[in-house]
Amino acid sequence: MIARFTSVVALVAMVSGPAPGHRAAGGTISGKVTYTGTPPKARPIDMSKEPSCVAQHATPVTTQDAVTGAGNSVDYVVVYISAGDEGAAAATDTVRYEQKGCQYIPHVAVMQVHQPLAVLNDDPTSHNIHPLAKVNAEWNKSQPKGAPPIHTAWDQPEFIAVKCNVHPWMHGYFVVLKTPHSSITDSTGAFKLEGLPAGKYTVTAWHERFGTQSQEVTIAGSETKTANFVLTARPY
Amino acid sequence: MGRLFAVVVTAIALVSVTLFALHTWWLPPDISTHGGRIDSQLNETMIVAGILFVAAQLALGVFVWRFGERGGTRATWPVRIFPGGATPMVVIATVLVGIEILVLTLVGSKVWASVYQSPPPPGALQIDVLAEQFAFYFRYAGADGKFGVIHPEKMSDADQNFFGLDPATDTTARDDIVVATLVVPANQPVALRLHAKDVNHSFYVREARIQQDFVPGMVIPLHFTATTPGRYELVCTQLCGLGHYNMRAYVEVKSPAEFGQWLKAQQPAF
Amino acid sequence: MFSVDHKVIGRQYLDLALVAVFTGMVLSWLMRFHLGWPDTPIPGLGKIAPGGAAGGVMTPEYYLALMTMHGTIMVFFVLTTAPFAGFGNFLLPIQVGAEDMAFPRINMMSFWVTLVAFLVLVAAFFVGDQPPLSGWTAYAPLSAVGKDAGPGQGWGQTLWAISIGIFCIAQLLGSLNFIATTLDLRTRGMSLARMPMATWAWFITAVIALVAFAVLMPACILLILDRVAGTSFFIPGGLVISDQLQPHTGGSPLLWQHLFWFFGHPEVYVAILPGFGIVSQILPVFARKPLLGPKVFIACLAAIAFLSYTVWGHHMFLSGMNPFSATLFSVPTLVITIPAAIVTLLWIGTIYGARLRFTSASLFALGFVSVFVSGGISGFFLAQPSTDIYLHGTYFVVAHFHFVMGVAAMFGIFAGTYFWFPKMFGRMMSETLGKWHFWLTFIGVYCIFMPMHYLGLAGNVRRYSAFTDDYLQPLIPLHRFITIAALVTGAAQLIFLYNLIRSRLRGPQAPDNPWEATTLEWSTSSPPPHDNFGGRRPVVTQGPNEYAVAGPGGRDYIMQAESR
Repeated sequence: MIARFTSVVALVAMVSGPAPGHRAAGGTISGKVTYTGTPPKARPIDMSKEPSCVAQHATPVTTQDAVTGAGNSVDYVVVYISAGDEGAAAATDTVRYEQKGCQYIPHVAVMQVHQPLAVLNDDPTSHNIHPLAKVNAEWNKSQPKGAPPIHTAWDQPEFIAVKCNVHPWMHGYFVVLKTPHSSITDSTGAFKLEGLPAGKYTVTAWHERFGTQSQEVTIAGSETKTANFVLTARPY
Repeated sequence: MGRLFAVVVTAIALVSVTLFALHTWWLPPDISTHGGRIDSQLNETMIVAGILFVAAQLALGVFVWRFGERGGTRATWPVRIFPGGATPMVVIATVLVGIEILVLTLVGSKVWASVYQSPPPPGALQIDVLAEQFAFYFRYAGADGKFGVIHPEKMSDADQNFFGLDPATDTTARDDIVVATLVVPANQPVALRLHAKDVNHSFYVREARIQQDFVPGMVIPLHFTATTPGRYELVCTQLCGLGHYNMRAYVEVKSPAEFGQWLKAQQPAF
Repeated sequence: MFSVDHKVIGRQYLDLALVAVFTGMVLSWLMRFHLGWPDTPIPGLGKIAPGGAAGGVMTPEYYLALMTMHGTIMVFFVLTTAPFAGFGNFLLPIQVGAEDMAFPRINMMSFWVTLVAFLVLVAAFFVGDQPPLSGWTAYAPLSAVGKDAGPGQGWGQTLWAISIGIFCIAQLLGSLNFIATTLDLRTRGMSLARMPMATWAWFITAVIALVAFAVLMPACILLILDRVAGTSFFIPGGLVISDQLQPHTGGSPLLWQHLFWFFGHPEVYVAILPGFGIVSQILPVFARKPLLGPKVFIACLAAIAFLSYTVWGHHMFLSGMNPFSATLFSVPTLVITIPAAIVTLLWIGTIYGARLRFTSASLFALGFVSVFVSGGISGFFLAQPSTDIYLHGTYFVVAHFHFVMGVAAMFGIFAGTYFWFPKMFGRMMSETLGKWHFWLTFIGVYCIFMPMHYLGLAGNVRRYSAFTDDYLQPLIPLHRFITIAALVTGAAQLIFLYNLIRSRLRGPQAPDNPWEATTLEWSTSSPPPHDNFGGRRPVVTQGPNEYAVAGPGGRDYIMQAESR
């Protein structure tokens, strides 16, 4: 039982970044991200040029740049501490970014500066990974089928769009942050930042199409505070 | 050594020509209205070139066999000059090759002109083709019959706005249909406009006997008529970067009725 | 090392070409292996190129880089340097009876500049993210827009453009020297009509090269400016690469193609015309009879040289240029086959009635005729816009140009090497090894390049790093056959390399005129003294073609500096 629990924690840590040590104590900020306005339609992705990827999807795949749910919730919003936790311990575990069925899994990957990043190709075809970095050094490299993972890391905080030129519909993000405290909203728009020592924080929500919002939250001890964000959506 | 050379040259010539003649590896069947003339031009060239090839290799082989020294002893037969000297060579080459050139040019120019120097037939279906690293996208005008204006600054793969449309202000763009498979009706001419988004690409459909480069900064017209329903490959033949080998799309030729149904079932781009 | 002696410079050019040709060959081995077995790791490659071939399986961009480097190295640093600059430098002054080139210092400079160009190109393997991958034709805007367009478009492509620009300078210097030497330094009695065929070929090649490289050099400068100085000669406005709108406007991609092919097509003749000359000089020696129609031959060379400037558009039938001009460019392209056919018939006619001797040199000269015919014939298909619609961009083109300018020119180089090695180094090469080398190479090149015609007819597109689609996969067995043939034929070149090295060190002493030839280089010692003729300039009384005649001492030939 304990072993199983540990592995679940490790898995969560792998996906969301912060090391297990951080959630032992401290305060929590949780909340929900919603939108006002009209979001763009989720559009079907036409993968017909790559039959090996078409075969991996039973139902048509749609775009992930503006995924919304019931109650105007917004998926794939990165909520993180943008000020107030300077000096927090850095995460050292490896962030995995997979190419599967000609999609990026996860669509948005959050990592810390210098945190190890592994890019994997699970497809029976060749991809090229092209992070369109502006602050960091841009790179562009093919990963043939069966090729070993590409191990890398980023030097500067940046929101980096990732694309595959071989499959132009493939689109994702590397979100490189200074903080170990971050969370990605789920399909209900919910997020949770845990293990925060007492202090005054700026919490920022970032979405690739709906923009950025910040608010200040003060944590006194082992309490849970709520911070909700309402982003503005436009149809085009 | 001379006999060996003659045998090897002859064998090479005969094996090569046989594999051409047997069509062991050959063009896929033509599915276009103009392709038959390209094929017959190719066949005619193949016959003439084959004859010239075999004749030249055999002449080389025969002369080397006949006039080569044997067994390490110095030849003592009298040296002879080719009858007539260089003149027959000049005459043969000029007349034979000259006539061939004349015929090929006269016939070939017509074939070329029918595709590349004539406007598309009236009533041709207009389709926009966009080539980018490393995919093709196709645009049909949609219900209003009008194409939205292309704005390079709006082009975004991330937004699936491959053609750079501006649906916020350009109402003609909203119903444009953008797909990744080129679907065309059989026996109806299609007129393509080729747009390159980034670098040079090329439009090559083997079965339709059609090829044309995309050039950035130019919109290049191209028209053809497919005859046989089926699924064919469109591939890029102009080196465009790392994914060049995987830059393709499929061409689906459908009966006019099926094509109409397909077009109706398509969602507008926005 | 820094010698101004044209003989030393000629040998330096040939040594450079030897290094380059084996480099290019190894690159082609790697490519061919990958095409036959795309998922099989190549042992050791992962260590040599961890970025390009992690685990030994090369990435598509690394394949294209190998292809680009193979083409660039072979065309510029082998097919231009060896038959033209290498043999031409060593032999042209001797054949006209001169002590050296007209401008020995410029001549020395042209070699060292060529070497710098080669080093700059090879540096692209080690500098930046990746070697260039735009092909030897470096079509803009792919080659011009910089790193947004993908790997290899950073430092690699810039170094490529710099290297070729430098190379052009070297060739311009070399060509001027060839022309001046031929026109001004001929010895007494060496009228133009008495010049050996090889000298004629090098002279006419120099004229072609002078105009061709004079166009490529500014084109490279413009390309470099587009890449590093933000100009837009070859880049139009409104380009979006990887979702990045490019800050360029107003350029023309077709301008690069026109400039490149205005150089590029004459360059084909720069590679092959020296081979014409070498073969036309070697065949009569071993046929023991004069070349059929030497004046016709020279006229054909001149006609080819002129026509070579009128045909460049045949590379661009489908490029988007005005389709009317395709017909216009097609006609001279087909017409140029007339002088080429005449020359071929002259060679075959020369063999008629001969007492043909079989040496490594004569076998390669005969092989040259065979492969040149094979390569030339396929030109008929590509010269016509109508058939080019289908065959453009396929392996048919690869087969065509490899036969006609690659293999044929290499056969000219091999023939020249076996023929002149005794004169260059004073030692004979092994004929046994030479003949093995010939047979394996001759059969091998047909096994490699003839099937590429079939691939092209089947619609196999070139410059693909793998054949992943359903249509091309059935052709992979034929690719494997070609790969095996390429590996074997490549290995046969090691026989040549061994023969070169061994003969240079301990080959038997060469007499002054081992082949009983007539031209002036055979009148001097092997190797020739520093001033070529030991202080006395030869006086020419004969043409180069005096075979099957009653010569002095019962010989069947009269040397050019002998009196009858």
